[in-house]
Amino acid sequence: MATKQTQTAARLLAAPSILLLLVWMIVPLGLTIYFSTLHYTLQGSSVHKFIGWTNYYYFVTDPAFLTSIWNTLVLVGSVLVISVIGGTGMALLLDQPIYGRGAARVMAISPFFIMATVAALVWKNLFMQPVFGLFAWVAHLFGAPPIDWFTNDPMIAVIIIVAWQWLPFATLILLTALQSLDLEQKDAAQMDGAPPLSYFWYMVVPHLARPATVVVLIETIFLLGIFAEIFVTTGGGPGLATTNLTFLVFRSALRDFDVGGAAAGGIIAVVLANLVSIFLTRLVGKNLEG
Amino acid sequence: MAQSATKSRRLVMTVIAYAFALMLFFPILWMVITSFKSEADAIALPPKFLFFHWTLANYIAVQARNNYWGFAFNSIVLSFGSTLAGLIVGIPAAYAFAFAPTKNTKQILLWMLSTKMMPAVGVLVPIYLILLKVHLLDTFTGLIIILFLSNLPIMIWMLYTYFKEIPHEILEASRMDGASRWKEIVYVLSPMAVPGIASTVLLNIILSWNETFWSLNVTNIHAAPLTAFIASYSSPEGLFWAKLSAASTLAVAPIVLLGWFSQRQLVRGLTFGAVK
Repeated sequence: MATKQTQTAARLLAAPSILLLLVWMIVPLGLTIYFSTLHYTLQGSSVHKFIGWTNYYYFVTDPAFLTSIWNTLVLVGSVLVISVIGGTGMALLLDQPIYGRGAARVMAISPFFIMATVAALVWKNLFMQPVFGLFAWVAHLFGAPPIDWFTNDPMIAVIIIVAWQWLPFATLILLTALQSLDLEQKDAAQMDGAPPLSYFWYMVVPHLARPATVVVLIETIFLLGIFAEIFVTTGGGPGLATTNLTFLVFRSALRDFDVGGAAAGGIIAVVLANLVSIFLTRLVGKNLEG
Repeated sequence: MAQSATKSRRLVMTVIAYAFALMLFFPILWMVITSFKSEADAIALPPKFLFFHWTLANYIAVQARNNYWGFAFNSIVLSFGSTLAGLIVGIPAAYAFAFAPTKNTKQILLWMLSTKMMPAVGVLVPIYLILLKVHLLDTFTGLIIILFLSNLPIMIWMLYTYFKEIPHEILEASRMDGASRWKEIVYVLSPMAVPGIASTVLLNIILSWNETFWSLNVTNIHAAPLTAFIASYSSPEGLFWAKLSAASTLAVAPIVLLGWFSQRQLVRGLTFGAVK
């Protein structure tokens, strides 16, 4: 098939990308592992003593760690539930034969293209600000006291903002998958007089299972790393209320200048993300066979 | 009878779908409307929805007060620079993987994918210290390298899925006709690959334009893109909602438009070809 000459050429063409990614992966990760074993702060002594597992010990036994893990799980879990259920509903709606589908589709998926800092600040100010925000006015209309979102329900506020960005992502992926469900299959099912519910259950659900899994896995990877939305709204607070693992590591590194501790936290984040990415890689890999 | 029943059903579905779509779109719409208000109207109670004095003052003020176009320029340099670098390295690789696969190709592709899944925070400390040491903090070069490498796996994957769809027979036929490899690439392959490359470019520009973790952490003033510029509005120095909205509208408009035009292609890139 491919000649020896072609093989050599192919190797040469692929080599730069492989080398670059290898360096990009191994050097920083290796350094993070190395730093995580040192007593290393950017303030004070410049001597970095080897201290073994001590950074991990302090990072994990710090009450902030458990709080941040809990916050990470709550944030990722809530956004996943909202975006996948909402996204499925929205995709099914947009897959119906409606008038002006294109415009509705464009409106529904637009939030996904909004940069995180804009999304967070628009929600924080224009909607959730407790005096002049739109939500406060709506609450007032119903005679309810306005909610001071970022003081009393900071995590819910962050979840709303993040879910608003990711529900459209789920919609976009699932709608594309739905539309690839063969038109002929749809017609055939209608001709056979399949009742809508059984059509949904036996045709649509199996067809959506795989793309929905892809959505869950990809979203999880991104949601584990949520940072900007927290950075510009709550700064991780009040207290630790909205500090997720990513934010905790950022805080240790660039606010407390504790390089060793932050590196240990970073490695924990890598391990967590890997648990998810193993499944995603396997799923995508299966797709490569076809 | 049946016809009118489906028609009215269609109408009902349309109304429901539009209601939900509008709900999702409303924050963007509200931001755009607010950007045309005076600061006083922006915080007026009850809120002014359409009947207020429309003004362009905020769009002018944003530039005068914050040098908006300086940051926009940075965003353009960063997203185009990292995309160009990605194409130069990514196209040859994707070409090799698609047209001369070896038994390791699949493993290599999956490994590349796994580097994309490494959380940025896991390498924040060393990258920050390296950039500090080589004086690349807050420079175009520093952030372009990061954006280029962190998006390279997605670019290669997306190009690969497009290249794989080009039938090998066509290349073989042109080779039979005595076309050199160079001619094969320029005259046969390129025209068929252009749509795939264009979609890859679009996705990469969107991803780099909206990237926040690195741009917030390794830039400050000189190379800071619009994401960081908008973040500077989070400091509580008073209520500048109209100006915030104007700056935000300008910052997201080009990307939202790009996104609208390339929805279907984006799906392939964002799911690594798992959904087409």
